[in-house]
This record gives sequence, C-alpha cells and structure tokens, in this order.
Amino acid sequence: MQLADVPLILMLVGLAAYTVLGGADFGAGFWQLWGGSSERDKEIREHAHHAMGPVWETNHVWLIFVLVICWTAYPTAFGSIASTLSVPLFIAGIGIILRGTTYALRSGTATAREQRLIEVAFAASSILTPFALGTVIGGIASGRVPVGNARGDLVRSWVNPTSTFIGVLAVATAAYLAAVYLAADAVRRGRRDLADAYCARALGTGVVAGALALGGLFVVRDDARRIWDGLSGGAGLAAVIVSAAAGTATLALVYRSHFEPARVTAALAVAAIIAGWALAQRPDFLPGLTVEEAAAGHSALVAVIVGVAIGAILLVPSLALLFGLFLRGRFDPYKAEDEPVPGSPRRTIVVRPRLTMLAAGCLAIGAVLTFFFETSWAHIVGISALLAFVGLGFVTLATLVATRETDSQ
Amino acid sequence: MLAAAAALSAGAFGSVDQDYLHQARQMQALSFAAHIPLVCFGIAFPAIVLFVEWLGQRTGDPLYSVLAKRWSKIMLALFAVGVVTGTILSFELGLLWPNFTATFGSVFGLGFTVEGISFFLEAIFIAIYVYGWGRLAPRAHLLAGVPIVITGFAGSLMVISVNGWMNHPTGFRLEHGRVVDVHPFAALFENKYFWHELVHMYLAAFMVAGFAMASFYAFGWLRGRRERYDRVALVIPLTIAALASPVQIVVGDWAARDVAKTQPVKLAAFEGLGKTEKGAPVHVLGWYDGKEVKYGIRIPKLLSLLAYHHVNAEVKGLDTVPANDRPPVNVVRYAFQTMVGIGTALALLSVFFVGFWLKTRRLPRSSWFYRAILAAGPLSLVALISGWITTEVGRQPWVVYNVMRTSEAVTGASGIPVGYAALALVYLGLSIAVAWILLRLSRVPLQLPGVGTDAAR
Repeated sequence: MQLADVPLILMLVGLAAYTVLGGADFGAGFWQLWGGSSERDKEIREHAHHAMGPVWETNHVWLIFVLVICWTAYPTAFGSIASTLSVPLFIAGIGIILRGTTYALRSGTATAREQRLIEVAFAASSILTPFALGTVIGGIASGRVPVGNARGDLVRSWVNPTSTFIGVLAVATAAYLAAVYLAADAVRRGRRDLADAYCARALGTGVVAGALALGGLFVVRDDARRIWDGLSGGAGLAAVIVSAAAGTATLALVYRSHFEPARVTAALAVAAIIAGWALAQRPDFLPGLTVEEAAAGHSALVAVIVGVAIGAILLVPSLALLFGLFLRGRFDPYKAEDEPVPGSPRRTIVVRPRLTMLAAGCLAIGAVLTFFFETSWAHIVGISALLAFVGLGFVTLATLVATRETDSQ
Repeated sequence: MLAAAAALSAGAFGSVDQDYLHQARQMQALSFAAHIPLVCFGIAFPAIVLFVEWLGQRTGDPLYSVLAKRWSKIMLALFAVGVVTGTILSFELGLLWPNFTATFGSVFGLGFTVEGISFFLEAIFIAIYVYGWGRLAPRAHLLAGVPIVITGFAGSLMVISVNGWMNHPTGFRLEHGRVVDVHPFAALFENKYFWHELVHMYLAAFMVAGFAMASFYAFGWLRGRRERYDRVALVIPLTIAALASPVQIVVGDWAARDVAKTQPVKLAAFEGLGKTEKGAPVHVLGWYDGKEVKYGIRIPKLLSLLAYHHVNAEVKGLDTVPANDRPPVNVVRYAFQTMVGIGTALALLSVFFVGFWLKTRRLPRSSWFYRAILAAGPLSLVALISGWITTEVGRQPWVVYNVMRTSEAVTGASGIPVGYAALALVYLGLSIAVAWILLRLSRVPLQLPGVGTDAAR
C-alpha cells in the first residue's frame, strides 16, 4: 500500500459508513411510504420516524466526508466524475433537499392529512436519493466516466444496466438495513409488536436484496467486465464470499430475533461488497487513470491524512457517545418529555461592575489598535479585544437586561 | 507572475465552451444565498441558547429553561435545513466548477476536510443537546452544548479560509495547468486575507441571528404580546446584535483597508473609481458610467483617508487592469453601499438601545423602536447577502484571483438552465416550508409553571 491509497481507503470507510448508517435512514424513509391509516400502520411509521431522529444529520455527514476527501486527494477524478455524472448527482441533491425539508417539516404537522402528505414526500425522496447515488457508483464502476470536463455521455453514463442495478440494490439494501435496525430499536423500547412487524419486513427485503445482488452479478458480467473479472477471483472473490456469508447470517439471526448481532452482520455484508468493488477495480480510479495518477501531490495527501487522523481523535469518542446514548435508549420518546421543568428556588445573579468596566476597556483598546495601527500584532490584539468586548458585554448586559425584565411584571 | 502562468494554461482540464456561464454563476449565487443565512443561525444560535440555559440554571427561573428548550428545537430545524443546503454547495463545486476543483482541489481541500470533521462534531452534539433535554444531568446538558459553539466557529473558519485563499491565492505554483509545490497549510492559514473575512462574517452571524430573532418578538410586542417571556425573548438576541453591530463598523473598516492593499481593483469597484487618483473621493449613490460615478453625492478625499488614513494617498483605479479583468462595477458598488448603509443604520439603532437601557434601566416604550427592530431583521439579511455579493462579484472575472477565470472553471456539461430552474423552484418551496415550520413551532402553546407567569396563554 502506498500513500496515494490511504485517502481512498478513508473514502471507502466513509462510503461504507454512509451506506450502512445513511442507508438505514433512507430505509426508514422507505418504510414510511407503506401502510394505511390504521393505528397500527401509523405506529409502525412513527417508530421509523423517531428511531432516526437523533442520528440522521450525523449519518448524512459521511457523504460530505467522502466528497471532500475525494476532491482534496483525487481532484481530477472528482472533477471528471462530478461533471460527467452531473445529472444523477443533481437529482440526488434535489432528493437530499426534499428529504431534509420534509423531515424538519414533520414536527410541525397538525393534522393526519398533513402528516401523511409530508411522510409520502419524505419517503419518495428517501427512495430517489439512494437510487440516484447508486447510478453514480454504477457509472464509475462500469468505466463510463472518462477523465476530463464532462467528457462522458451525460445520459448513458448513468442510464445503463450496471447503474440501474446498483441504484435498485441501494434502495433494497437501505430498506433491509432499516428493517433490521428498526426491529432492534423496537425490542429495546419494549415494543414486541413493532419488532415483529419489522422482522417480517427485514426477512422479506433481505431475501429480495440477496436475490438482487446475485442476479446483478450477471448484469455486471455483461456490462462491466472488468469488475466481474475482479469479483470472480482472488481478493475480490473473497470479499463477495464474506458478504454473502454475512448476509445469510443476518437473515438467520433476524429469523431467530437476535436483532442486535444482526446489526453487525448486516453492516459487514455491505462493507464487504464495497471493499470487493474497490479490490475488483484497482488499480484504476477511472479508465486510463490509476489511483496513483489521480492522487494529489505528497504534501496535500499528508495534510489530508493528518487532518483526518487528528479529527478522528475527537470524532471517534464523540460518535461513541452519541451512538452509546442512542443505542441505550436514552433518546427514546417517553411521556415525561414535555413536562415543564420543575421550578427550583430563585437566586439572583449579581453582575460585578468590574466586568462591565473590563468590557468597556476591551472596546476602547480594540477599536484604537484596529483602527490606528497597521502591524499584524496590533490587529491580532485589537480584534481579540473587540471580540472579547462582544462576548463579555453580552454576558453582562444580557444578564442585567433579562433579569430586570423577568423581575418586573 | 501567477497571472502569467495562468494565461498559458486553463487548469487540469483546459477550457470548454459554456453558453450558460452566467446561469451557472447565478445558480451558485442562489445556492449560496439560501445557505448563508442558515450559517448565521448555526454560528450564533447555539451561543444564545446556551446563555439562556445557563441563566436558567443560575437563577432557577424556569422561564429561561422553557425558552432555551423552545429555541433549541428551532435551532435543530434550521440546522437540518442548513445541512442539506450545505450539501448542495459541496455538490456544486463539482457539478458547476469541475475544472476549479480538479485543478485546485489539493490546495484548498484541506479546509473542507477539517470543516467536514467539525461539521460532523456539530451534528453529533446538536443531536445530543436537543434530544438530551431532561435526559442528561443539567450540568452535562449545558456542557454538551459547548462543542456546538466551538464547531460553529471552527467550521466557518475553515470555509472562509478557502474563500480567503480564492481571493488571495498562495501556497502553490502552476506548471502546465497543474499545481505543484502545494503547501495546503500555508495556502489556507498563513493567508492574510482571510482573517478580516472571518471576523467580519462571525460578527455578521450574530447580527443576523440576533436581529432576526428580535424582529420576530418585536412583531409580537407590536401585536400586544408583552409578557415576561416575550420581553426576555426579545432582549437577549437584541443585546448580542446590538453589541456586535457597532464593532462590525470597526471590523468592516479594517477589512476595507486590507482589500485596498491586496485587491485594489476590487476596492476601486466598491467605490466606482475609474482612474488612479491622489486624494480620491467617496461617492454616495449615483451610477458608474464606465469612467466615473455620475449623479452621486461626492465627498472629496474621503476614500484616501479611509483606505490609507491620509487625505492625499494614492488610490488605484479600475484603469490599472484591462477592461476584461474588471468586475461589474455597478453591481459590486451598489451591493457595497447597501451593506454599509444598512450596517450603519443598524449600528445607530444598537447604540441607541444600549445607551437608552444603560440610562433608564428599562426598555423604550415607543412603538417606533419596535418597528425599527422589526425592520432590522430582514435588513440585516439584506446586508449579509449584499456583503457576500460585494466580495464574490468583486472578485470576478476570477474564481481564483488573478489565476483562474470563472469562465475557465465552469463545467462543459449542458443543461445548466434546466438545473437552475429546478433548483430555483425547489428553493422557493424550501423557503415557504421553512417559514411555515417556524410559524407552526412558534404557535405551540407555552408550558410555563408557577404562579404569576403567563402560563394561561
């Protein structure tokens, strides 16, 4: 492995995380499309909505992560992909806007009809987006993106058998992952009935996704020969076998209602197939452009890798905290949620006059240094003093004004 | 030297013919205009909400906790919309400007990589904070909000470091359209240009978020909603905006002096200065006819004084570069004048409010004051957008100043007008949806405990 491969591995890890976590959120949207207006159907949809609440924004960021690493570490590849595949990427973008908007809107719906309308729009965008992103992967995998500014065919680069297959597979996988995860969440919430409903959905979509994946191999054989060759031997084949085994294990675990371990095996099945794709396609990024050739210069690669490594030190514990709270059910809805905060004994805050003086001093020093001096140090001190004035001034003045207003009637 | 290198080549992909460059630029501008107000809330809202929660914990008055919790839900809704509009911007860097990203991605990409990570942390902690009400210990909950404030700042620092680099590109050399000798860290952070942009934008965020929120409650005040809760909800955002506004004038002046040094042509476009002049004047209003400003109110020597602190200093004019290297002067100039005009008015309003309160220890009673606050919200937004038009259109015709033209960066793909129309429709729907949800959230009945409050409302 060379330095030029490291950002690619980071991208693939991000892509796997996005497919699993973001995919499960798309799938949760998928499950809001179905069912009638009976109380049970409503509960099933409500469960899907609430289960992703605390995590969907975080899960979405994986996509941004993949994009930014791609354009930093492999800029020419990114420019070629984004320009040739601009249509499906744009469609995915519109889907993402609709999805985010309808998600935010749902909390404001007042009537059942409004809510259903929003749900259907949310579900539709949750199907459109992974499909469009899947066609993008298909276009890259089948070698339809040449190097250059929109040099590929704007239509056939994503309207082709491999793209369609991966698009459909992405939607099916999302629905499947979501059903597994929602069943596990329902067990945690003590809702056996909801768990059963999602268990049935998981088994159904699991079989569909598995059959699609197998059938799709033949599509790939005819349409993306290079990938087929890579997947039918060596490390690529090993990845396919791991994926198939993990997928089968997931079905067995779900069938026996062991949902928590099924989360892991389902994720493994997805991660393995993404690894398989990368192994099958190497060393090419795009036709006529190897990963090595696509990579940016040494210093840029080092900067990205170091940046991500330092970021990971903060990110990993934070993700662990969020998912720890989430998976332990700390964010699950319960009735006490909207109870008013109990009143405790009132205390008064005394704002020391010294603080106010300090704020005023910061303003004076900051304004003079920034306005009358030209050297950098004067500007650094001056601007810091001005910002300190805003911060200090806000805390003191807003405390004074607000407590005055709450104490007077 | 850089300009000469650029003239020889047009980046990694070479030039393309694009009939719809103008539409591509407008599409980018539209996406930006939709996103940037949400950024302001992303930066300022967490700090304001945390302050209110802290007040609640310190005083034991449940009013603050109710207010903080309510605001945090709006904060999350706006963050969710900001996440998707921000995603669109990152898509468009490739969709609309593939040659820009393909050529310079390795130089500026580090900024977005770090921004991505800080955005990640922001999403994580905003979820913990908003979903953690009543499920975390009060101290832990307050603590969970701190990373949101820090990452809001870090994220804007990163994005603006990239914009600063586009305005003042350093940290690389061009050879045959390829960047070599790339030093991403030096390019982004040893760049003098970006500090004034960052501070200017950071303060603008507090002005926009503060005035917009105050504007909403001023509307309520005019309609008769003047209980304790309403008054507190009005004064807290108003205070932060009122402190940021006068400081913004000092910072804006510093920014303009930096522009005079590093981008004299841009400064000339701000002021419609056709010819290089000693003792250059400032014109208020009027119209730039290609040579000079007509029908404006002329204030002699003021530009030299402001830009160089000397009444007879020489200010470079638009004639220092060929005509096709000049930005569209009237757009830039009017955007600049709008920003400065509104900014000054807001600062005056702010000084009045702070002075009045310090003197009388109460809020003004005149309806005109609340009408002014009501207007300040939308006006601060207009000033924000005008400010970005000033710096971004002022950079034209360059995407990377003096290195790559916007026309060289654009995609060769067809269908830009279709995409533009589709996006415009979607964003129209989005803004209606956001207005609707904010209205709905504001109508959820208050749950204030205790006697002597407005719990009955």
